[in-house]
Amino acid sequence: MRVKGYALLVGDNIDTDTIIPARYLHKSDPEWLGKHVFEDTPEIRSRLLSLPKPIAIIAGKGFGYGSSREHAVIALKAIGVSLIIARSFHRIFYRNAINNGLPVIEANLTGLKNGDLVEADLENGMILVGNNVVFKFKPMPKQLLEILKHGGLKYFLKKLASEELGK
Amino acid sequence: MNSLALKILAKHAGLKRLEPGDLVYARVDKVMVNDVTGPVALKVLRETGAEKLVGAKKVEIYAVLDHYSPAHNWDAANAHIELRKFSKQHRCVFFDVGLGIAHQLLVEGIVKPGELIVGADSHTITYGALAAFATGIGSSEAAYVMATGELWFKVPEPLYIRLTGKFKPSVASKDLALHLLGEMGPEGALYCSVEFFGEGLRSLDLSDRLTVANMMVEAGAKTAIFPYDNETETWLLSYGVKPDRKWRELKLESNIEANMEVNLSDIEPLISEPPMPTRVRHVADLEGTIVDQVFVGSCTNGRYKDILILARLLKGKKVKTRLIVIPASMRILKRIAYEGILSILVEAGAIVGVPGCGPCFGAHMGVLGDYEVMVSTANRNFPGRAGPPSAKVYLASPYTAAATAITGTITDPRPLIKSL
Repeated sequence: MRVKGYALLVGDNIDTDTIIPARYLHKSDPEWLGKHVFEDTPEIRSRLLSLPKPIAIIAGKGFGYGSSREHAVIALKAIGVSLIIARSFHRIFYRNAINNGLPVIEANLTGLKNGDLVEADLENGMILVGNNVVFKFKPMPKQLLEILKHGGLKYFLKKLASEELGK
Repeated sequence: MNSLALKILAKHAGLKRLEPGDLVYARVDKVMVNDVTGPVALKVLRETGAEKLVGAKKVEIYAVLDHYSPAHNWDAANAHIELRKFSKQHRCVFFDVGLGIAHQLLVEGIVKPGELIVGADSHTITYGALAAFATGIGSSEAAYVMATGELWFKVPEPLYIRLTGKFKPSVASKDLALHLLGEMGPEGALYCSVEFFGEGLRSLDLSDRLTVANMMVEAGAKTAIFPYDNETETWLLSYGVKPDRKWRELKLESNIEANMEVNLSDIEPLISEPPMPTRVRHVADLEGTIVDQVFVGSCTNGRYKDILILARLLKGKKVKTRLIVIPASMRILKRIAYEGILSILVEAGAIVGVPGCGPCFGAHMGVLGDYEVMVSTANRNFPGRAGPPSAKVYLASPYTAAATAITGTITDPRPLIKSL
């Protein structure tokens, strides 16, 4: 599974309140959430809006800090984020991303510029910029890759539900 | 395998042993959703057709309306309607608006030691105070657990903290939580199971432990577990839970090597300044900062003990800030009403709110305006968390919050309390 995106560089400890503020969580449709993504951080928001899509967020440490709100992943996907590479992730965000089919990779990427086209090969554990491998990582466990490949946890729930129907 | 997290997880995964980093499927005892995360879980169940599987497995389902309690707009009210209907249909344990915060309601006689509990709310970690493995998850996963009764877990690395000594007067378990966060930083416990032991535990009652377990998620912890002891038993008995003898085994050996040691008598009143909970300073360093609003409440510090501390300091005085007090549950509200604590608060000028998350979540019930300053007993202070990005939230103990409400500026509670 290979995923591409244009790099959007952000810093350390990007929290889920920053990604999608609480005052918008009373609705969960992607369009609404996407409209308000990074609303209180205009510096990130304006860069995000000016980049071609899809977007690969390249972050520092602790991406997805704080609240468990899955709305953060839904919002990022809605605005065209296809991949997140961070030095580290907070665990609920990491799970939410996989469960919604949004690839997340732990890697310390340096020397990238905003707008660089980044490509990740999830099975082989490689990150490429241009045609050069710039980082190698240990691929995530098979079970999690399976969830990602099928676009998230919903696929498995659908399967379970239809199996039940067949009984 | 000493770690309580590993023991509990192994039991629920049907395995004798497991190692940190292993990926396992484990049976879940309880799953909780609230009025922010629940609607997303219900949508997943609807869209996948998996709603019909809900109730087939043994897992207990809890739905709590606490974040918009009561509803502040049409969308929230409609989400409430949806969760009420779902809960009735699938026989979930349902707590309507005004009954309290999930993380208080579930420790009022529901959570049992040794259980594996997940909740679509990061502060689900709080229940670890009762020697349970409790962790926050997302909404899709909550839907998955409702349908299947199980979930995948990465086995956490244990992080052992030895506590010794006793708190000095006017120092609370919140100060211990802040001390640990300041030492660990936002990632100091990432993916870890923070586990406490040592003779210092004797001076932490369950209310204190809930505060500490609650905030370990701000250092990235997956779970935070206190051992089972007399304090746990006292708490459970007070909510009508009959202790099980095997819960006594939920403790750590005293000879294990600690990753961190804290002597409680070294802890001083601390305060967390924006932009994140781990930015911890001595209260004394920020004294004199003008404060617009004080909030005493939340799943961190909205318990009876916290409100009692506040009332003792406020008795006979008038506050100089806006003071919002929100009991964490209806049971607590009733108790402070019966015991006359409520009238002390109201006479001092406090605004007492409906049990629930209040302004901590940043949706209603006392959010801030531009450049306003709040001292809060809650758990998060990211920019925009409870007001515009220019507003500032400082996190502190109920002692510090009370002292600040009395003087109108950030105040070290120690000299003030000595003078009383």
